[in-house]
Amino acid sequence: MTAPAAPVAGPVPARWPLLRPDPVALLALPAFAYLAAAYGWPLLVLLARSLSGPQGISLAPLAQFLSDPFSWRVIGNTVRTALLVTLVCLLAGYPAAVALARARGWGQALLLLSVILPLSVGVVVKAYAWQIVLRRDGIVSQALVGTGIWDAPQRLLFTETGLVIGAANVFLPFMILPIYAVIRLIDPRLPEAAATLGASPLRRFLTVTLPLTLPGIVSGVAFVFSLAVSMYVVPSLVIGDRYQTLATLTGRAFLFMRDEQLGSTTAVILLAVAVAVVVGSTALARRLGGGGHA
Amino acid sequence: MTATERIALALVWVLAIAAALFLMAPLLVTVAVSFGSSAVFTLPPPAWSTRWYERLWASRDLWPAVWTSLRVACLATALALVLGTLCAIAVVRGRFPGREALVTFLISPLMLPGLVVGIAMLQGFRAAGLRDVGVSLLIAHGVITLPYVVRTVVAALSLFDFTLIDAARTLGLSYPAAILRVLVPGLAPAFLTSGLFAFLASMDNYPISIFFTDAWTKTLPIQMLQYVEERPDPTVAAISALLILLAVAVLILGGRLVGLRRLAEV
Repeated sequence: MTAPAAPVAGPVPARWPLLRPDPVALLALPAFAYLAAAYGWPLLVLLARSLSGPQGISLAPLAQFLSDPFSWRVIGNTVRTALLVTLVCLLAGYPAAVALARARGWGQALLLLSVILPLSVGVVVKAYAWQIVLRRDGIVSQALVGTGIWDAPQRLLFTETGLVIGAANVFLPFMILPIYAVIRLIDPRLPEAAATLGASPLRRFLTVTLPLTLPGIVSGVAFVFSLAVSMYVVPSLVIGDRYQTLATLTGRAFLFMRDEQLGSTTAVILLAVAVAVVVGSTALARRLGGGGHA
Repeated sequence: MTATERIALALVWVLAIAAALFLMAPLLVTVAVSFGSSAVFTLPPPAWSTRWYERLWASRDLWPAVWTSLRVACLATALALVLGTLCAIAVVRGRFPGREALVTFLISPLMLPGLVVGIAMLQGFRAAGLRDVGVSLLIAHGVITLPYVVRTVVAALSLFDFTLIDAARTLGLSYPAAILRVLVPGLAPAFLTSGLFAFLASMDNYPISIFFTDAWTKTLPIQMLQYVEERPDPTVAAISALLILLAVAVLILGGRLVGLRRLAEV
């Protein structure tokens, strides 16, 4: 019946995979070429420019920037505000993520909607709304005077407190969603098992639930921190020019001061912070045993 | 359930409801102000009126920006859907080194500060001799929209069972017909969610668009911020309310077609 087997013309293992490319791989070429030309190459040029002086590679522009006390005030503003925003988002976002994971039916739909709808609305709209809310005659001031916490109306607009409130509002969904994604995957029998073994609710939370949600917390914190470090629209509308951060200074340097050297230097610092946060948090989330989202 | 647990659970719910109200606050305030009669943002408004919508309707600055933004967002989303889907197929089905690195590269514009990406592109386009603002704006927005499509379609394709296509072919469909009638419907939710979010991201983008505008070409967020600085009246609240309505419409559409929980995974 069977003829003697002819030499099989099956797939020959490619010795030079890059020289004999898989034809399917060619489908990635348009997107890769587009992004490499429109985005990858310009980023490299920006890096090269900020690190080059008249005689080749030099750190002189960076050193000059860092020798100015004003720069350190700007860096201090940036880091302090970003840390405060991240802290507020973590404290407000964790319970919300827990409730979102436990809720069922209409309660869950409403909670989910109140996270996703603000996420789908542009930052200009929300920052504009905070400009209205934080005025001296705005509703926050009215409410605090009405409840007797404040004696007289005060303005929160153009203050750092106002900036932190507005920015935390804009970035809160980026804390809630990664934590929610992790909590949803926790086996509900684990805390129950801990309860059966006699652990108190607090101990159960600290030794079972919290460690299991750490990967979500890491991605949420990384998301919010890197967004808060580089935010531009919220400070422009809520606090104004007197308070400079690295991002607003970068924008001003390019748009108003026409000082491209300064702008490139601050832009590269921002870039370095963003890359460090992404790489660091991904590695940390992986080590903690969850699939990191950042 | 013990008493402590009940108290803890109640506390979680109170905090979650407070967070939900906090998140919704700017949207509710915007809509309330837009329908108020007060020009100085008094809340609650002394009387209800549609005067800011009438002023918006008559505005000569805002409508051209609306059309610019809609046009750019539609074109950039279409571009991203085509390039992103082709690339996702290559990544999931192809056998070549560096696929994971390629995906990271394609998604990276989402992870880097928008302002820095904008500055880099501004300098890069200038060095390449590209002067046309409209073309630059579209290319820049393609960079914003592509990551959404790549991320979602790669995830959907990795879950897609490709033996279904072989099954369809065994049952007599030609290869293109099998792709069209099996693969495309399977990926439809991914196209829809990633397309919607890419569209909104382009519509709302400020930090990248700011570098690709001139006196004639301005996207809506840029024009809105400029309007707020020039004439501080609630006309911008009216256009903001319309943008909120657009987001609501997009979410209803997406929620109907793929479910709200799936939208939260994007």
